[in-house]
Amino acid sequence: MMRFIRSALVIARRDFSATVLSKAFIFFLLAPLFPLLMGGVFGGIGARVATQTERPVVAVIATQADMNRLAAARDRMAQAIGDEALVRIVGFPPEPDLAAQQKHLLASRQPPVRAVLSGGLSHPHLTGALGGDPATIAQLKLLIANARSTELALPPDVEVTNVPLSSGSMIRDRAVTAQIGEMLLFFLTILLSGMLLSQLIEEKSNKIIEVIAAAVPIDAMFVGKLFAMLAASVLGIIVWISAGAVIIQFMKHGGVATLPPPAVGWSGFLILSIVYFAMNYLLLGSVFLTIGAQASTVREVQTLSMPVTFAQVLIFGFAAAAIGNPDSTEGLAAAIFPLSSPMAMLARAAERPEWWPHLAAILWQTIWVALILRIGAQLFRKTVLKSGPRVPWWRFGRA
Amino acid sequence: MLRQAQPERIDERFAVQAIDLVKDFGETRAVDGVSLEVPTGSIYGLLGPNGAGKTTTLRMLLGIIDPSDGTRLVLGRNRPLDAAPEIGYLPEERGLYPAMHAREAIAFMGALRGLPLPEGRRRADALLAEHGLADWAKKPIRTLSKGMAQTIQLLGTIIHKPRLIVLDEPFSGLDAINQARLEELIRREARAGATIIFSTHVIAHAERLCERVAIIAKGKVAFDGGVDEARARLRPVVRLHTRASDGPWRSAIPSNARKEGGEWVFELPPGGPEPLLKALIDGGAGIETLAIERPGLHEAFVSIAGDATAAEMGREKPE
Repeated sequence: MMRFIRSALVIARRDFSATVLSKAFIFFLLAPLFPLLMGGVFGGIGARVATQTERPVVAVIATQADMNRLAAARDRMAQAIGDEALVRIVGFPPEPDLAAQQKHLLASRQPPVRAVLSGGLSHPHLTGALGGDPATIAQLKLLIANARSTELALPPDVEVTNVPLSSGSMIRDRAVTAQIGEMLLFFLTILLSGMLLSQLIEEKSNKIIEVIAAAVPIDAMFVGKLFAMLAASVLGIIVWISAGAVIIQFMKHGGVATLPPPAVGWSGFLILSIVYFAMNYLLLGSVFLTIGAQASTVREVQTLSMPVTFAQVLIFGFAAAAIGNPDSTEGLAAAIFPLSSPMAMLARAAERPEWWPHLAAILWQTIWVALILRIGAQLFRKTVLKSGPRVPWWRFGRA
Repeated sequence: MLRQAQPERIDERFAVQAIDLVKDFGETRAVDGVSLEVPTGSIYGLLGPNGAGKTTTLRMLLGIIDPSDGTRLVLGRNRPLDAAPEIGYLPEERGLYPAMHAREAIAFMGALRGLPLPEGRRRADALLAEHGLADWAKKPIRTLSKGMAQTIQLLGTIIHKPRLIVLDEPFSGLDAINQARLEELIRREARAGATIIFSTHVIAHAERLCERVAIIAKGKVAFDGGVDEARARLRPVVRLHTRASDGPWRSAIPSNARKEGGEWVFELPPGGPEPLLKALIDGGAGIETLAIERPGLHEAFVSIAGDATAAEMGREKPE
């Protein structure tokens, strides 16, 4: 066992140094800046496009009095549900030929008109292309009802007393923490574990695989490679988290302490985040290492990348079932299925205070890492090194 | 069925024992019942043309691949990887990490075999200096010439002072000077007590270096024994040039003798040189020249492996 560990450490040390001491690692550390920059650039473009594009409106043909009541009703509703969510209305005084006015308005481009409301508040009639948009019709009905009623127009005063925490707000905040934690875990893993697909290409292309395979067990090589990349990834994450915490501290009043608190507490949650990231990385990484080990060229690795990424997204979707209700059947299934277990359990840590499920899950995940690595090493020996006696496929794994 | 060697079969006289090794790749049988015994401390050659099964046999002996059938014992262990710290291996296809420095590459190869890195670096410095490569110690492998890189890998193969050194086609790609250096290094390691196995398709290397050889052809061992033993399988060859073209002396010449450029060429008769000489002199042959040549390993190889295999090896030029 000591030789196995020593061999794995020799491989890990080489891979870690080769990764971290390379110039490419600086770009790796800067990687999170790229999506931020792209977000900024594309966000700016999007905002400019949005301001330049006028939103469609409902043209209201009504008297000034009706239009004023309708506009006042819309303002009140906008306070409750937000201006963006409400249908926009523009008033037009009635003309003698209603049909011609309707036709003219529906053809208008300044502003683009979606429908025309005529008949005033007493006999409202809507004309327009609204077949697939029942929400606009429903909103207009509410607006008209609100504009008609004097009582509804004057909402009562409610005395408000703010408390820092309630069960409802805590559940919501913890679900947010669970979601953010799971998303971060997913994105970090998808960013980092993909590198494992090409981990054995170097050894195979420069033929050093023969020297390594003659000196150390293939399992030790797999373990060494996996942990080297984990260590490099953790180093990157520490840099990113530190930079992120500093930015939050400066930009958010009260700093990181004001973020929604998880059920196991912040310190526990951070420890579990690191452990579950490691387990998630090791689980998905061992699968990727196994798949990537079968590839002989960079082209093959690139071909494998897309299905592997899709598979990761599916696993993330499955794990997301745990958010909000980790004790549901879906939540428990996501926690038990090895590849989604770390993400589902991190979501659980945000929402449930018990620790024992985490200890059980970590043990369960460790067993699966060992199992996948063992199968991966056997597969490598069998298919790449062409080792061993001929065994029928149904007996594979027992050889 | 893969058999496990029994402890009572371990014989310390042999660094490597292989019994009926078989390796199938799909439907192709690459190695077909190879049995070998490599005496401890010897220089042992695996001779055969490309594709004969030499590399596959070595890979099985080293534990890189498991045999489809048969048993192997390497330094007394039936799992070769258990003996890895005592083995050095130079594969046919050389490989090093291009970005690694020469000194680190040597130390890394030692570390793979259990040598602590600081000690590996210390030994690497000494070996590099000894081979005139001290100035290259901190240069990346990618900046070295092919010959230098091969030397670095060879030094990495012996850095941990292995008891068994396995070299697969070690002379391939080396110029004459480096081949001579490598031969000297092999002899030196053998003098220091290491057992050396190397494969080659160039008979001259085996003839110069090996005490024992195994001749492998088409996945089978055609011969396993001492070089002298291989050569002793053939009778010495007599080359005779006489002044007389005919006479009673002709009865002393075997019926299968052939004429090559005016001289008779035939195997020395079983009675030895004295009765032959007497018959030639008494028969009035008028001996101009007479040479009795001991057959070389090449002739022995032709005799053992067959003309076709020998012709195949003849086509493969020595590096």
